[in-house]
Amino acid sequence: MSKIKKLSKESFPLLIKKISETQHVYGPVSQGKRISYQRISSADELASDFIIPDMSAKSFVFPKIEKLFSYTKNKDGVEVQDINLDNIPHRVVVGIRPCDAAGMESLKAIFSWDPSDPIFETRLKRTTFIGLACNQADDYCFCTSLGGSPGDTKGSDILLTKTDTGDYIAEILTSKGEKIVTLAPDLFQDVEGDLQKEKFLANVPKRFDNSDLQNKINAAFNTDVFDEYAMRCMGCSACAFVCPICACFDIQDETKGSKGQRVRLWDSCGAKLFTLHTSGHNPRETQGARWRQRLMHKFSYMPERLEVRGCVGCGRCSRRCPVDMNIAESLNQLIIDN
Amino acid sequence: MGAINEIAARLLETGEAKVVIGYGEGSFGSVRPAFARNQEEAEKLIYDKRCTQNLAMYVYKKEISPLRKLAIVANVSTLRGIIRLASENQIKNGDIITLYINELGEVIECKALSEIEICLAEITPEIKPEDKELIDKLDAMTPQERWNFWISEMESCIKCYACRQACPLCYCTQCAVEVNQPQWIPVAANTSGNLEWHITRAMHLSGRCVECGQCGEACPVNIPIHLLPIKLAEEIKNIYGTVSGMKIQESNTLSTFKPDDKENFIG
Repeated sequence: MSKIKKLSKESFPLLIKKISETQHVYGPVSQGKRISYQRISSADELASDFIIPDMSAKSFVFPKIEKLFSYTKNKDGVEVQDINLDNIPHRVVVGIRPCDAAGMESLKAIFSWDPSDPIFETRLKRTTFIGLACNQADDYCFCTSLGGSPGDTKGSDILLTKTDTGDYIAEILTSKGEKIVTLAPDLFQDVEGDLQKEKFLANVPKRFDNSDLQNKINAAFNTDVFDEYAMRCMGCSACAFVCPICACFDIQDETKGSKGQRVRLWDSCGAKLFTLHTSGHNPRETQGARWRQRLMHKFSYMPERLEVRGCVGCGRCSRRCPVDMNIAESLNQLIIDN
Repeated sequence: MGAINEIAARLLETGEAKVVIGYGEGSFGSVRPAFARNQEEAEKLIYDKRCTQNLAMYVYKKEISPLRKLAIVANVSTLRGIIRLASENQIKNGDIITLYINELGEVIECKALSEIEICLAEITPEIKPEDKELIDKLDAMTPQERWNFWISEMESCIKCYACRQACPLCYCTQCAVEVNQPQWIPVAANTSGNLEWHITRAMHLSGRCVECGQCGEACPVNIPIHLLPIKLAEEIKNIYGTVSGMKIQESNTLSTFKPDDKENFIG
């Protein structure tokens, strides 16, 4: 249903203003040394000239803290109060990067895999993604090695590509995207001919050949390639938490007196507690086994079970790793060795 | 081959060290921690001005510690980390050979911990100018403004514990946040959970922090979290005159009572 329109640079802020009259609008905002997706009320607040926000967009559908239900203990037992899905807001995210948007497809596969998660589903359904194609990239970007691209439309409801004049090519991709257009149809101009979107996209060279990646990574399972990683990886959760797809979670009860709530929190396979048994045994004893799990889950188990990969090549884990655990380099090494 | 590679190669060959912890070329012009276990890996070690990371936390890391004897390539931060670990009985003489590279680029091979103390005796520790600037800015704030600053910064915290993992002194086998009976610190990365975690960590490091700033460097969301322990180190120096990580026999300032301790903070 893709339709191509033009959105002039003057119309873009007017569109943000129009949307924010009825819905909460979010976009990449600069806060000192940090760029993150934040609530905005005008286009002026949006950060410019950067590669990618520090945190991914997954928190729109899988926040770092998700209340699942609340409970009250009384003399007859425990009374459970479900959360009211009606309270989940309608939101529009402007300027989401194509890799983050593509990550939504993988998250959807995880959270709808038997049983479907109603909170996630509702959040996703009520979020509209207006993507912004990448016109710059850095050495850590490797979306093209995993089938993505700086202008990939996957996961976006509208994809904007900024042209050399500052105007945008707008691809209207879904019915949610159509709804945005109907809010301000006059701002979107019809176009004739090919606008040559490709001309305005960043160049992201392929870092490795992904054909047969799953088999090659499986073949590495019992090799000593992970020994060096075992020493270097310091076992924090930064890679998992900045990742647009890592979705492992921890469940905690927060109780105060007779009342409490059950929450879902981000968790990470890099942490030693992740698999520690109460007996004291840990099936992933070393940091090398944990790093292997991170790769196997993303590039073997997820493709096998969900038919999607657990990585879109945004490069955040490698950019933010305090000890330079570079995932693309690691994959490349596994491909060469196997 | 530079001196560092030759020394590493020799230590591995003679069996004086099973692994040399050092620096190697990283991604796209950066450096990364590197581990030489054989001649080939020893050749790849580097040392230049990019090597600012404190590597002392690798000394007690589970995957490395059993390989003792170790050797470690050290800048001043790493030296101070090692000395502090020794003063807390985490390293003993003979566990580690330290290859300190001084300002002139000379490699000083310290086999005994006392030799590290001699190297440190010639050094006046300094914090980075940009950290000093931000500390001054925070000092000039009212308590309310400072509180607001930290609350705002803490909102970005995702509790990934990179700060803890990067710290040469966070060696507890079970961290307070991992205790759940009782649950001292909320697990969730919300305002109270984040504040309680960072305040607990800063207090646990006070008098111990070697001011390397590694916790702040490691933070994936750029919270200047290193300023908390660094500021406390400054306070302790001003009040008690002690600096952590310079001498093995230094007192554990905040856990040691001395009859002549100042008591002017009471009342």
